[in-house]
Amino acid sequence: MELKDFKQRNISPGYIFFEGEKAPETGWQAFQKVVKRTLKGELFVGLWIVFREMIRFDIHTIQYPAQKMEMSPRYRAIHRLLRLFESGSERCIGCGLCEKICISNCIRMDTHIDEKSRKVVSEYSINFGRCIFCGYCAEVCPELAIVHGVEYENASEQRAHFGLKADMLTPLDTFRANEQKEFPGFGALSDNADEAVKQTPLAY
Amino acid sequence: MSDVLITIDGKQYTATEGEYVLGVARRNDIFIPALCYVTNCSPTLACRLCLVDIDGKRAYSCNARAKEGMNVITKTEEIEKERRAIMEIYDINHPLECGVCDQSGECELQNYTLHMGVDSQHHCIADTHRPTKQWGKIHYDASLCIVCERCVTVCKDMIGESALKTVPRGGAELDKTWKDKTEKDAYAMWNKLQKSIIGIASGAETLDCTQCGECTAVCPVGALVGSDFQYTSNAWELKKIPAANPHSSDCSLLYYDVKHTSTSNPEPKIYRVNSDHNYAPLHAAARYGFDFQNEVTCKDETAFARVVELLQTNVDTIVFDSYITNEEALILQKLKEKFGFKLVNEDAKAYQNFLKHFASTAGSNLYSGDLKSVSESNFVVSFGTAIKTDSPNAGYAMNNAIGMNKGAGLYFHPVADPIVSAYSKNLLSITHKIGAEEAIAYLLLDLFGDKETMPKSVVDYLTSFHTIEKKTIQESVKEDIKEMVKDEESGEEKEVVKTITKMVDKEIEVDTNALIELIGAEADLVEKITKLLDKKDSFSLIAGEDLFNHPRAENIAKLLGLIERFTAFKLLIIPSRTNTLGVSLICDLDDAKGNFSLGYNVKGDFTLSALGKGDLDMPALNQQEGTFTSMNKRVVPTNAALPFKGYCLNDIANAVGLEAEWTIDYTPYLPSEKGFKAEKFDHLPNRFENDGTENRGYALELQTFTCKDEVEPISSFTCKEGDVVYRANPVHQFSAFTNKAHQLSEAGALYASTAFLEAKSLHDGAVVTVENEAGAKLVIAVKEEKMIDGLIAYLPTFDTKIDTAPFFKEGYRFAHVVIKGVEHV
Ligand code: SF4
Ligand code: SF4
Ligand code: SF4
Ligand code: SF4
Ligand code: FES
Repeated sequence: MELKDFKQRNISPGYIFFEGEKAPETGWQAFQKVVKRTLKGELFVGLWIVFREMIRFDIHTIQYPAQKMEMSPRYRAIHRLLRLFESGSERCIGCGLCEKICISNCIRMDTHIDEKSRKVVSEYSINFGRCIFCGYCAEVCPELAIVHGVEYENASEQRAHFGLKADMLTPLDTFRANEQKEFPGFGALSDNADEAVKQTPLAY
Repeated sequence: MSDVLITIDGKQYTATEGEYVLGVARRNDIFIPALCYVTNCSPTLACRLCLVDIDGKRAYSCNARAKEGMNVITKTEEIEKERRAIMEIYDINHPLECGVCDQSGECELQNYTLHMGVDSQHHCIADTHRPTKQWGKIHYDASLCIVCERCVTVCKDMIGESALKTVPRGGAELDKTWKDKTEKDAYAMWNKLQKSIIGIASGAETLDCTQCGECTAVCPVGALVGSDFQYTSNAWELKKIPAANPHSSDCSLLYYDVKHTSTSNPEPKIYRVNSDHNYAPLHAAARYGFDFQNEVTCKDETAFARVVELLQTNVDTIVFDSYITNEEALILQKLKEKFGFKLVNEDAKAYQNFLKHFASTAGSNLYSGDLKSVSESNFVVSFGTAIKTDSPNAGYAMNNAIGMNKGAGLYFHPVADPIVSAYSKNLLSITHKIGAEEAIAYLLLDLFGDKETMPKSVVDYLTSFHTIEKKTIQESVKEDIKEMVKDEESGEEKEVVKTITKMVDKEIEVDTNALIELIGAEADLVEKITKLLDKKDSFSLIAGEDLFNHPRAENIAKLLGLIERFTAFKLLIIPSRTNTLGVSLICDLDDAKGNFSLGYNVKGDFTLSALGKGDLDMPALNQQEGTFTSMNKRVVPTNAALPFKGYCLNDIANAVGLEAEWTIDYTPYLPSEKGFKAEKFDHLPNRFENDGTENRGYALELQTFTCKDEVEPISSFTCKEGDVVYRANPVHQFSAFTNKAHQLSEAGALYASTAFLEAKSLHDGAVVTVENEAGAKLVIAVKEEKMIDGLIAYLPTFDTKIDTAPFFKEGYRFAHVVIKGVEHV
């Protein structure tokens, strides 16, 4: 796709254009419209639908909080920091791309060198007072380390809750119990990722 | 050298004949990719990216010299293919660790890989294990190294230490079959790349150099980084704050890289110091001594009220040092004008007097040279300064000049310096007698002065040192003689010419210069200098702090004035502290203190201190905006990298009746009669242009006036027997401020050469007493200092716990003492 394709605003056929109701022009027309709307009984159309669904006992609402909704993997809620499946080590390498891309500038991290000469992320925080849950961080992350969770119950009496590394990182016991789920949402590899990779020759 | 016209990509540009084509292109904003070339250093031809087409032939623009009528094409299809192949080769086995690498985001390998559009790899070779090295303040990761040799080059050609070299990598041999499959230059580069990595030239385990860190600045990738900075922040998170080196008078352009302290602490913190390595080097103290800020939590109102009260009542003197900005100096001067305070600053006063006497014979208020003129000259003389530690940047300029301009130099100093001596084999180090600087100045006049125009009295005086004796020496001469030789076979006689060497007696005139003996140099000094002078045509002279408080300072200054006028030397008289020049121009300084003094960074009856050790805290130089006057005679701006929550000098001045909202409101009012300009602080530029012009602040205007030529003859200077100490700081240290920085902090000692330790049968770490006749006494540890030689030890000033001042009461940097080892019980 080239730039001009993006700029192309002509809508393809198949769209139905809705011009809308004509606005009344004279006082008489306006009066007619009011009378028509008042006496047509549109209110009862709605009421009838509700009543019909009620007596069918085929209810679509879920019984929250007893029942909870299963969110789509693409739902973007409070973030999680994942661990590597093989070793349980933290995935985040501290590359800082999420910090850079974050549109609300709400990610911060502290990194330093450890005894094994590796870069470690000693603290990682997202200010959820500012996060707009755009998902850019998850998308840019080269390690699939920062991802969105699916929990939507985020009430708390402290602003800083949920936003520290300890809150977001998969706890070790959850991890050991094999309960860390891979993230299929924003930024995850596509199913045909292998096909898209160019092979590099190897000397071994 | 004449100007020539060359064509680059169809446009004509003027260039100096012999200039590198890459330089011409850069000056005219034409981009030619180049990885291995470091401006002002010799081209190494390691990367071959700067490949261009010159008159139909392939050439490397970093070492192709401009010639009249040359036609340069920077981009052809063939060249682009070659460049892409080169970048592809660089990417073979390069670890995919950009995610953690410190250089990521400002990495030239990343940039060029993207720029050349390398999106796939066609080459491969087995990788070699290349372990990382921890070299003190520097971390070397060989697996990231692309062997561009910039570090080796800059260390040799700029810094002058040749501490690094390429060493065998021990990698896999390059299969010859690649030759046909790879572009020509890319293959050649690969072949070389596969053979080497960087190692320490001396073979030592860790870097045994001055650790200036310039190699980390030039490294295009993350192979050489500062150990302290490693993995603490990504480059793009850091805000660059342009400033000037606050520790020494080169006032080089540097950037404080600032970011919040941590996730939980939003206060800004300096993570590292960066520079524009292509234009000016930074020394270690500027690079590593950045966190000397004075942290206070709030305004100390009681102390502030007390100063204001004292200023209006008791205070009659303000004592201060030269680690202040021009604006602060002006505030102090204004306070003097308003309240009649005495201003006492020993260091600036000495410099001011020195310049005054210099001006009386030079006819100009300031010296004519600067660091640029030094590095552009091809004969550099340094005297009266321990250049390596007093002003590393002057040393770099000297080394750069000798190395790059086929130059030569002389280094006069009583303390032998193996590091400076190793700059070049064309640098002659003369370890002279203490106090002989006056004789050296006369010697320079004698050797380089224009005797026709020089005052007759001086010429006569100089002649009086010469004695011409007749001497008979034996000389070998070659003589041709003819001989008749009989050919044995044919029996014919032939005439053959033979050359034989004969010794003959010859009478010659020997000119003995008595000055040489006064200096304490070897008798053949003049002869050696004459040899070094072959084909030299531009001269610079560096003079420094030893002279300002020399017992004969006045006369030496006048002699320097004569040298400025009657020789081809361009002079650079190094201001001893960061803003000594500025203070000496702005303030009207007094000699003696009154009864009650207010100290600013110096101990007074009431002390304002940016070190946090006084009665009222002041902002340190990385918390202040303002200007410095550098040794390049430029007024350069510096900015605040960190906030300061207390009071500054301007607040105090305002409280006693001066009026200015900010300190920098004073910038346009710096004294114009001293050469300052009425420029507002915010209008001052602070950058280097593409052609290397230092577009920072503005240059001071020089004043000229008629001069007197009265100089005195050399006064005899006898050196007492016994131990001598020199006042100097070790490399990395300049003042208590550098010592406050966490990377540089160390305990002061008596620094002595290995020879000194042997002569006194002391060892590193031994404790000695240093005493002088006046009764000053110091118990201090001895530290072995490998970077000096000879029997003069030095005492530092950077450690506030060691009071060395009583030994140097008169200000002269050499002092007689008695050093005795302390017996351990
Ligand atoms: S979701 Fe968007 S706004 Fe929130 S942290 Fe990620 S990048 Fe920033
Ligand atoms: S982008 Fe991913 S790996 Fe990089 S710092 Fe953010 S979470 Fe860590
Ligand atoms: S360490 Fe850096 S500067 Fe030195 S050769 Fe390697 S890549 Fe070049
Ligand atoms: S720190 Fe300075 S002197 Fe040492 S190797 Fe690097 S450039 Fe050379
Ligand atoms: S810059 Fe010319 S060869 Fe590398």
